[in-house]
Amino acid sequence: MPSNATGFLKFFRRERRRGDFVFATAMLLFSLFLLVSFPFQTTPAEGTVWSAQPTLWPAVGVFGMVVFAAFNLLGSVLSPRIPGRLAELRVWLGFVEYAAWFLAFVLLVPQLGYLPSSILIAVGLFWRSGYRSPRMLLLAALSGILIVLLFKVGLRVNVPGGAIYELLPPAWRNFFIVYL
Amino acid sequence: MDQVLPALGLLLQPAVLVALLVGSVGGVVIGAIPGVGPAVAIAILLPTTFIFDPLVGLSLLLGIYGSSMYGGAIPAILMNTPGTAVNALTTYDGYPMTRRGQAQRALGLAYSASFFGAMVSIVSLVVLMPVLTKVAPMFGSREIFLAALFGVILVILSHRGQVFAAGMMACFGILLNTVGMEPINYTQRFTFGQSWLSSGVNLVVVVLGLFALSQAFLLLSGSDDHVEPQKVRGSVFSAMREVWQHKRIAGVSSAFGVGVGIIPGVGEFVSQFLAYSYAQRTSKTPEQFGDGSPEGLIASESANNSVPAAALIPLLALGVPGEALTAMMLAVFYVHNVVPGPQLLAERMDFVIALYIALLVLNIFALAFLLMSTRLLVRVISIPNRIIGVLVLMFSFVGVYSLRNSITDCLIATAFGLFGAILKRLNVPIVPIILGMVLGGIMEAKFRSAMARIQSPMDFFDRPISAVLVLAIIGILVMSLRSAWKKHAESAE
Repeated sequence: MPSNATGFLKFFRRERRRGDFVFATAMLLFSLFLLVSFPFQTTPAEGTVWSAQPTLWPAVGVFGMVVFAAFNLLGSVLSPRIPGRLAELRVWLGFVEYAAWFLAFVLLVPQLGYLPSSILIAVGLFWRSGYRSPRMLLLAALSGILIVLLFKVGLRVNVPGGAIYELLPPAWRNFFIVYL
Repeated sequence: MDQVLPALGLLLQPAVLVALLVGSVGGVVIGAIPGVGPAVAIAILLPTTFIFDPLVGLSLLLGIYGSSMYGGAIPAILMNTPGTAVNALTTYDGYPMTRRGQAQRALGLAYSASFFGAMVSIVSLVVLMPVLTKVAPMFGSREIFLAALFGVILVILSHRGQVFAAGMMACFGILLNTVGMEPINYTQRFTFGQSWLSSGVNLVVVVLGLFALSQAFLLLSGSDDHVEPQKVRGSVFSAMREVWQHKRIAGVSSAFGVGVGIIPGVGEFVSQFLAYSYAQRTSKTPEQFGDGSPEGLIASESANNSVPAAALIPLLALGVPGEALTAMMLAVFYVHNVVPGPQLLAERMDFVIALYIALLVLNIFALAFLLMSTRLLVRVISIPNRIIGVLVLMFSFVGVYSLRNSITDCLIATAFGLFGAILKRLNVPIVPIILGMVLGGIMEAKFRSAMARIQSPMDFFDRPISAVLVLAIIGILVMSLRSAWKKHAESAE
């Protein structure tokens, strides 16, 4: 490669972290997928000038993504690599477990109600994080209760009551649905 | 003055005062806990504020935004760990002072410099207000479009070493904003035939995923090892007077904060680095910088605390947020049908002044709280990371679920949470996504209405402010390219 071209390519060098190449490649592929989908995912409006076309701003977004993602990948390829790609991918996969905890929380609330679900998830996550002494688990339960009291009683946020509350006597049911 | 009394009337409502108190105290606490930060807190609280009056909601969020940097100085000084990202420079001089047994002096300097910076910025804004009310109406569609474009370009360029990644993320944000039913021609854009995408991707859901959930995932999957904070002995209050001996540094640094804060897309980091390098360049003892220099600490803290008030200027005057936190606040305006921009300045000046007085009050609350509770806050910052992660995850649930009780929103937020956690691991900037979403929407609407009013492309630039903005855009692009090339040439030698 001519030295001028090599010098120009060095211009794209940057600091790289573990997993940078995987991310840069995935983002370029995603951008290209969006580019290929563009004609099928947008519809031009007939008789409308280019500046008011509904396709204009998605085009700006997608074309911009492709161009920047390509340069980002080029930068990644040309920059010094830090070993440990697989270990980094394992860290990323580890996030999925906590995403699952969050989604479990989301699915539990309409069934068990906000208060019981919060206590259950807080205690479960404390346990999972290694805080397993009775004192810490009690603290977890208290945190769950306090969060519910703060948001549902104090700020009256909109979290519906759980299906399980329907089993309560009528006088209790209303109280639980409104406050817990 | 005619507007100050109605503004005070708005502000003296009990709900607004309570929101200010809770926001400023909460902001200090949140800022003091490493790993949380104002963006996470504001993202979580954003949906909750929709039920309040706009001034109550904004006071709460402003309280957190304006006071978190006070709290962030505590772990920066006592543990060498910045509480918020913008306290990173504080560690350079704050922690060495602590190691020399001057923790109380460093805290006193940080608190007083922060307060000084905040006061300077609020006074500057009050002085600038008459100019602002005259200039803002001169901004029509094309000027607002160009200001938003300028903001996007600055956001991308401000991420040195990550410009391409920042550009990619900003364009992703622009694309995200277009997803769903287009409001004029009613055509679907990037919905992939999914009905749940027809109403678009909600900004608050994305914000919660990218800022709050991602942080929860990172904290939960990390370890709890952290340094025990040093003990604070003596009175913090007595050390506060020292800032007056360095009033030149504090004043110039605050001015950097105000100047940089007004420009969309730049923010606290740039103002801090400008202030810090100015202070070092003009100091009689530059060798002490990075090794416990009071001037360095004052420069960093006064610069970052003078940004929040200034950052409200483009938001209030033009409806163009300059960074992620004001972009989130824009959502509160929109929900209540209060449209920031020239009309707000013309018609609701009392509301704008009330916001600035709120900033003044929250700084007083924050300082008073800090003086009373520094020792208590030292205990708060010792809470293990994973316990904070559990709490952030549980708070995030309230934020996402209470918005519309939608499981789809929760799934979208989770996906963005995973994406955000990976971005944070890779040090890829997240803020451009949010600004791309917000500014992309503004650009699309303003570009359409601007183009409908002009005959030839040159008409786009033939007004003084639009011409200045175009020149500024060209200038900043040329300068950035030149400086990047120069840096490259120097490193190649």
